[in-house]
Amino acid sequence: MTADSSLTRSSSPQAEPSGGGQRPPFRTGSDWPFFLTSGAVGGGYVLLLLALLAADIASTSLEDLTTALAKPEILFAVRMTLVSCTLAALLSLWVAVPLAYLLERFTFRGRGFLDAVLDIPVVLPPLVLGLSLLILFHLPLGGTTLEALVQRWLGLQVTYAPVAVVLAQFVVAAAFAIHSMRLTFARIDPRPEAIAMTLGCRRSQAFWRVAFPQAWRGMIAAFSIAWARSLGEFGPILVFAGATRMKTEVLSTTVFLELSVGRLEAAVAVSLLMVMAAVIVLGVVRLVGGRVAG
Amino acid sequence: MIELRRLSIRSGAFQLSDLELQVPAGGYGVLMGSTGSGKTTLLEGICGLRKVVAGRVLLDGLDVTHWSVGSRGVGYVPQDAGLFPTLSVHEHLAFGLELRRVTPREIRQRVEEVAEALGISDLLGRTPRHLSGGEAKRVAIGRAIAFHPRLLLLDEPLAALDEDHRLRLIELLKTIHQSEQVTTLHVTHYSEEAAALGEHFFRLVDGRIVAGEGPDGS
Repeated sequence: MTADSSLTRSSSPQAEPSGGGQRPPFRTGSDWPFFLTSGAVGGGYVLLLLALLAADIASTSLEDLTTALAKPEILFAVRMTLVSCTLAALLSLWVAVPLAYLLERFTFRGRGFLDAVLDIPVVLPPLVLGLSLLILFHLPLGGTTLEALVQRWLGLQVTYAPVAVVLAQFVVAAAFAIHSMRLTFARIDPRPEAIAMTLGCRRSQAFWRVAFPQAWRGMIAAFSIAWARSLGEFGPILVFAGATRMKTEVLSTTVFLELSVGRLEAAVAVSLLMVMAAVIVLGVVRLVGGRVAG
Repeated sequence: MIELRRLSIRSGAFQLSDLELQVPAGGYGVLMGSTGSGKTTLLEGICGLRKVVAGRVLLDGLDVTHWSVGSRGVGYVPQDAGLFPTLSVHEHLAFGLELRRVTPREIRQRVEEVAEALGISDLLGRTPRHLSGGEAKRVAIGRAIAFHPRLLLLDEPLAALDEDHRLRLIELLKTIHQSEQVTTLHVTHYSEEAAALGEHFFRLVDGRIVAGEGPDGS
């Protein structure tokens, strides 16, 4: 019996019980109210999202876009965004792959606590996260600070410098990359890794030879998600790195700076650039995400 | 040779206790038992994939109970074949040999030899997704024997195969056993399969091993 015929039969009268001539034949109700209600509730939200994009597009022009991109400070912000988001996404992936693998494959004492800690960047208000980073780097540590130590050892200024932009983006993006990689490893069958160990592999060799090659699609998805999260980061960057033009300015802070001086058309043009970047990332995630386990 | 001495293995709430079993060097042991009796748990305990609570596992006279999984030299063929999705059949057969740093020439020779014995020479370039169930089982067997293991463990190798493939694989297992002379422990719940292949018979009943003269447990 096909699905169609089974649907047709489910709404057709069924045999009457013997001796029950007075009772009307049983009929199931229509499914339309369910679909209409669900469609109306969910569809409203989808329309809102599309309306947001349409409003952005309608409020700007190609001329606004080219004018905005001609400004050296905005060009700097574009470059800074590309570099910082890529670095933050790479760092996120570097942390996410081993951590997600350990969390998905092993049960150990403190796993629940670790799980909760990794959710902190997701649930913490962004400004609080930026403030926490600022406090951490300037907390007195035996007569010095973490900021001073990094400057002494690595010769790098962190706070209110480009490094702070990457760090602020990384702290949030890594949590999302870990979540994405955990889904990837959860979908990869652990059995072949066990078999690889019987053949002579150490756990690390089983990971590199068997699990890792299966995880590459998931890694692209995790990288893209981390990149997109970094692109949208604003609160922690503002507090920890500041919004100094030609120094720590990324596209999200450009929108804020342009708005604050009343240049709405430039703010909208930059917003549209960010929308386009986000759409590209979304496309990549959709393309590879559906086939994560390979 | 494999010998289990009062071996106890725990898997969650399930436990196998005081297991005794012995298959002489080059022998073919068949362990029977109903579904859920713990046959796979026992094989995984011998491999080192499950923690041994008490007792000892001896392979060729060596106490390997607390050895790492990879050091035991056990070729394990799981029920689901457990092939590596991204590797070719050739890479599967070479896997254990590469880990043992065998020279590329010897690897090539051994892979060709095993592939020919199992009738999978024309599949060497394929990945698991392009193999049938029977072909996948043969690749899993080849991967397990290619590196000359001390012991071969077969977990329901003929499960989910049609009658024709079952008969062919039984003949293949006989041939492989004769040529490789590897001590084998084969787990099944089919008495015909046990009768066709076994030299030493065991039955897993209520968490304990009972040795028998034939596949029917007598």
